[in-house]
Amino acid sequence: MSRPPYVRRRYWNEPRMGWWERAYVFEVARGLGITGGVFLANMWKWMTGRKGALTSYYPEEKRADYAPANRGKHVLTQRPDGRPQCVACNMCATVCPAQVIEIDAAYDPDDPAHPKYPVRFEIDYSRCVFCGLCVEACPEDAIRMAPETPDLPGFDRHQMWLGREELLTWKPQRDVAKPYPPTGGSAR
Amino acid sequence: MNAPFAVTVVYVLYALGLLLTFGTVLTWIERKQAAVMADRIGANRAYVRIPFTQFKLIWLGLFHGVADGLKMLLKEDFRAVPYDRVAYALGPWVTFVPVMLVFAVIPFGGSVAPGRLFSALAGTYGDRTFPMQIAALDAGLLVIFAFSGLTIIGTMLSGWSSANKFSLLGALRAGSQMISYELVMGLTIVGLILIYGTVDLDAIVRLQSGTVLGVLPAWGICYQPFAALLFLTAAIAENKRIPFDLPEAESELIAGYYTEYSAMKMGLFMFAEFIEIAIIAALFTTLFLGGYNLPWLNDAGFVFPGGHALPVPHGVVVVTQLLTFLVKIVLLCSFQILVRWTLPRFRWDQLLRFAWKFMLPLALVNLVATVAIVALLHGGRA
Repeated sequence: MSRPPYVRRRYWNEPRMGWWERAYVFEVARGLGITGGVFLANMWKWMTGRKGALTSYYPEEKRADYAPANRGKHVLTQRPDGRPQCVACNMCATVCPAQVIEIDAAYDPDDPAHPKYPVRFEIDYSRCVFCGLCVEACPEDAIRMAPETPDLPGFDRHQMWLGREELLTWKPQRDVAKPYPPTGGSAR
Repeated sequence: MNAPFAVTVVYVLYALGLLLTFGTVLTWIERKQAAVMADRIGANRAYVRIPFTQFKLIWLGLFHGVADGLKMLLKEDFRAVPYDRVAYALGPWVTFVPVMLVFAVIPFGGSVAPGRLFSALAGTYGDRTFPMQIAALDAGLLVIFAFSGLTIIGTMLSGWSSANKFSLLGALRAGSQMISYELVMGLTIVGLILIYGTVDLDAIVRLQSGTVLGVLPAWGICYQPFAALLFLTAAIAENKRIPFDLPEAESELIAGYYTEYSAMKMGLFMFAEFIEIAIIAALFTTLFLGGYNLPWLNDAGFVFPGGHALPVPHGVVVVTQLLTFLVKIVLLCSFQILVRWTLPRFRWDQLLRFAWKFMLPLALVNLVATVAIVALLHGGRA
């Protein structure tokens, strides 16, 4: 059983080299000119006190060009009295594709309108994919995402969990669309 | 005439300090220059904290060289089971030592008169002057080629003795590449020897101190620009750096002839490579860029093309010549690093074809042209 000999496939747009490119030296000189030019331009920037690099010195320095709609760190919204708007319905935890949200619910006899509330609400930022599905799934406008990134560089993945208090208080937001106590309808 | 022992000791200390400093600082220069070329900041995380304070010395990441050295020293020294223990242990040193030895014959400054420099030494040395060169050999250029030929033995030894097929293949690649490019390097130099009529490096540098046509400095690169280009290319290939780093193409192939080496043994190979960058720069400076000569400066002072003369004291001349040599070396090192971070690697067949079918004929053409011109100008008397 013999196989046909291997024939290299020819593409319609194969790069062609003329004698100029074939001579190699001229193109080498051009390449050196380009890289040397970039080097000199950046060096001049550094020497005149400007920044000659596109990268940033993270985490001491953060890049300033995040979009205002950037999905970054989560915010748990508050009711007027400071308690979380969250009713521990677990919808965000259910929809989360990375399964990073963990909620422990508890019973609050003092609040007949919302008897269920989260005693523990934790997000594992080492696995979060920042898709924003938790925000879309929330029926209570209780979770949002701020443009700021979590910024959790650490030596251990256990340092990358954020809990209820941090999410509630790092950037307090109380302008929830649902009024409280609820008006209209029946509280049952 | 050789310098007295004390002067030679000072020269040797200067050369050793210079080379070891270059070997360390070039790692930093390479990192930083690559970063600046690529719009990055570059390595700057290693620091030295002043004890009992929170004050950290970062110094633009200069301490990364120290961190590298410590890493090399503290790593596990993996004991390979080589064919030949002696050759295996000898390999890095046979690569490293010749590289250092090459500097012995390179003149790194003009002539110094210790008696005129320091009045305390006037009684000992009087008005005697010594060339700033460790070993003032008549056959300096030949010594350089002899020593750089030795490094091939080092790579082959380490490859053969490692009991590893990848090492062996890497050593074969290294050997064939270095022999090919050594030939080209030798041929490019022959033209220069024809013009200067000597292989004494000190004499070669002295011959480059004048001017051509009144304005141009009489540097080798003005006589032999073509040979200069070929020589630099061959020298970079000889040093096995990108674009010629096939012997140890660490990103694609196994690390070549030093696969079985670890810790400081491997560090010696790397150190030799970085020192050789400086050695190549020093050689190129000596042969083609007038060595320690600043244009229009001789031992008495500046003599400008218009006929103006500006006398300069001896101490200033010595320091200027030392600094000129250093600055030329640093610029050339920087150029080599620029090449290393610009050009992609050759394929193996391209590499050998480039040596034998492109550079060797060009070197021969250059040699024939030089011979013809020298014969015409000097009427065959040279």
